[in-house]
Amino acid sequence: MSSGALLVITIILLGIVALLVGVMLVFAGNKFAVAVDPKESAVRESLPGNNCGACGYPGCDGLAAAIAKGEAPVNKCPVGGAPVAAKISEIMGVAAGESVRQVAFVRCSGTCDKAVTNSQYIGIRSCSAAAAIPGKGEKLCQDGCLGFGECVAQCDFDAIHIVDGIAYVDRTKCVGCGKCAKACPQHLIEIIPDDSVYAVACASRDKGKAVKAQCSAGCIGCRGCVIRCKNGAMTFANNLAHIDYEKCTGCGDCTVKCPSKVIVNRLSPQDQAAEKPAS
Amino acid sequence: MGKYSFRGGVHPRGYKELSAQKPFEVFLPKGDLVFPLSQHLGKPAVPVVKKNDLVKVGQLIAKADGFISSNIHSSVSGKVKIIEPRLNNAGILGESIVIENDGEYTPAEGVGEFSDYTTMTGKEIIDKVKEAGIVGLGGAGFPTYVKLMPKNPEEIRWIVANGAECEPGITCDDRLMVEHPDWVVNGLKVVLQIFPTARAVIAIEENKPDAINAIEKEISGDDRFSVLVLKVKYPQGGERNLVHAVSGQYMESGALPASLGVIVDNTATLAAIYKAVCLNTPLYERGLTVTGSGAANPGNYIVKFGTLASEILTFEDDIRLGTKKVVLGGPMMGVAIPNLDIPLEKRNNALTVLLEDDVETAQKQMTNCIRCGKCIRVCPLGLYPQMMAEAVERNNLQRFIDVHGLDCIQCGTCNYACPAKRPLTQLFKQAKPAAMALNRLNQAKKEGGK
Repeated sequence: MSSGALLVITIILLGIVALLVGVMLVFAGNKFAVAVDPKESAVRESLPGNNCGACGYPGCDGLAAAIAKGEAPVNKCPVGGAPVAAKISEIMGVAAGESVRQVAFVRCSGTCDKAVTNSQYIGIRSCSAAAAIPGKGEKLCQDGCLGFGECVAQCDFDAIHIVDGIAYVDRTKCVGCGKCAKACPQHLIEIIPDDSVYAVACASRDKGKAVKAQCSAGCIGCRGCVIRCKNGAMTFANNLAHIDYEKCTGCGDCTVKCPSKVIVNRLSPQDQAAEKPAS
Repeated sequence: MGKYSFRGGVHPRGYKELSAQKPFEVFLPKGDLVFPLSQHLGKPAVPVVKKNDLVKVGQLIAKADGFISSNIHSSVSGKVKIIEPRLNNAGILGESIVIENDGEYTPAEGVGEFSDYTTMTGKEIIDKVKEAGIVGLGGAGFPTYVKLMPKNPEEIRWIVANGAECEPGITCDDRLMVEHPDWVVNGLKVVLQIFPTARAVIAIEENKPDAINAIEKEISGDDRFSVLVLKVKYPQGGERNLVHAVSGQYMESGALPASLGVIVDNTATLAAIYKAVCLNTPLYERGLTVTGSGAANPGNYIVKFGTLASEILTFEDDIRLGTKKVVLGGPMMGVAIPNLDIPLEKRNNALTVLLEDDVETAQKQMTNCIRCGKCIRVCPLGLYPQMMAEAVERNNLQRFIDVHGLDCIQCGTCNYACPAKRPLTQLFKQAKPAAMALNRLNQAKKEGGK
């Protein structure tokens, strides 16, 4: 047999096989087709696709399925925020409702120059290891940021960094997924609405005198802010001031007489500059 | 007689020569005393004194709350200054009673009165042990009266006095056996009163010949007693290892020694039982060893509970220049303390002052795990420290539980043997509380499902 004839026979044979397989695939595709909700795939496409799990569902696929079934609200994705919620509400045909961007906030301002250190920590360089031993790391303060960066390792968005011994959140990058808050063994990180102006940057539950000895930037529990607040947004518990973000109007009365300047203005230019990590 | 031991273990240098020949000195504190309400395993005690109350030596100041809890007694006479959170030796601020010492040590009514244990019933003895606030003085702080009430009292065959003292440097149990063998043996006799069919074994490592001689002299003529000479090996004094040495059987995971018919008590605990039952003296002081390369005056002291570590170790006299670290407990299992204003309590058996810090050196030389399996060979419980450490590093607590990480006694043997200098024990210490919480949750779920 000549090589030309062999080539022709091969092409014809393979062509027939391809045709048969094609027919079979078309048949199988129709016979075993899984009905996909077109809404679900549309919703899935509008979601960011990080699979971070901040919504509480198993990844973006899980949330898309839940939204399409009507089990989850359309603004459930904290990462996408308002724009994604608007897109999804269009697909689902329901009102998006208001969703405020949420960001993480670290309730500690005990940088290396402010917090008093009393010991040297030798051991595993991780927050949960340091938190498990007597004395909790190097700082005298037992409630403050340990600065080993377990939150940094958790962040998928490069939004949290250790600067000068404590964690800082980059507000422009943070999506409020809350992974860092779960990782922090000191429970320092709080997820707050991004438009809130003021926040208490201390978590020490010690009394005033003890706090003074531990850190020059600690809440000493003088309650000046609670007295000054006209909206009843400041509360006081565990020797610490708290802000109710629903009631806070951002007037700034609370910061006026704060002796340790622990209620920080998150929006003023100098604070924004301070919150940015030194690159 | 053959020497008894267990599988695994390591042989660290003993450093017993620093303080083994130093007799006990009674240390009388001058400053305020701090009594943390949680000096034992279980629920913290509840204070029964108020601010400005006058208390005497041996007076009850806090009452046990619940089944697994313990009474706390004052070790000095004086005035209650305040009840407030103070740094305790777990490194957290815990509610504590602060007593201003008047320096007179007036005993409370009835303390020191002799009573005869041979006429008492088991119930009466257990009540007395409970009243006296006795907990395991070896380090875990488990309330002793609970140990004396096993579910199977008729099956108890052995009462073991744990005098192994395998931790390097610590000699307070050794000194106790040399100076007061009668306290230990009488403590055993009191416990035998509760379990009349049992036999008593005093287990001592063979590097304490003085203690062995003293105890043997004390028990001669009484065939219920015997001395068990143990091989020198760390951690020989671990409860499970002792039970194996005595009964020849290995304890199952999660089992108590009573399941094999054994009750293990530290020698210091037995001395405390004797004092509580026969001399009506509650537990308010204990032996403590000061040791280590940085200690200028290593020795053994009788310390009143509540004494601050800073009184025993003063910077001018007792700590050598260049000291790097003060450890509460021995070098293998002890925990470094951040400052010396920590009160000494029932569970503390030693203060180790270290000049150079091996942990720091180890950290500099630390490499990745080379999977040599040395940790597995030395683990006295037959666990897989390498797999446990990997589970913790990956934050996989379920895996930690699956490889029996909860059975770890944190003896530090794997750490000592590791050629890659991995910080294994710290990882286990860090993971255990969270893993225990997860385990409880799993069990609750299982029970809920049924």
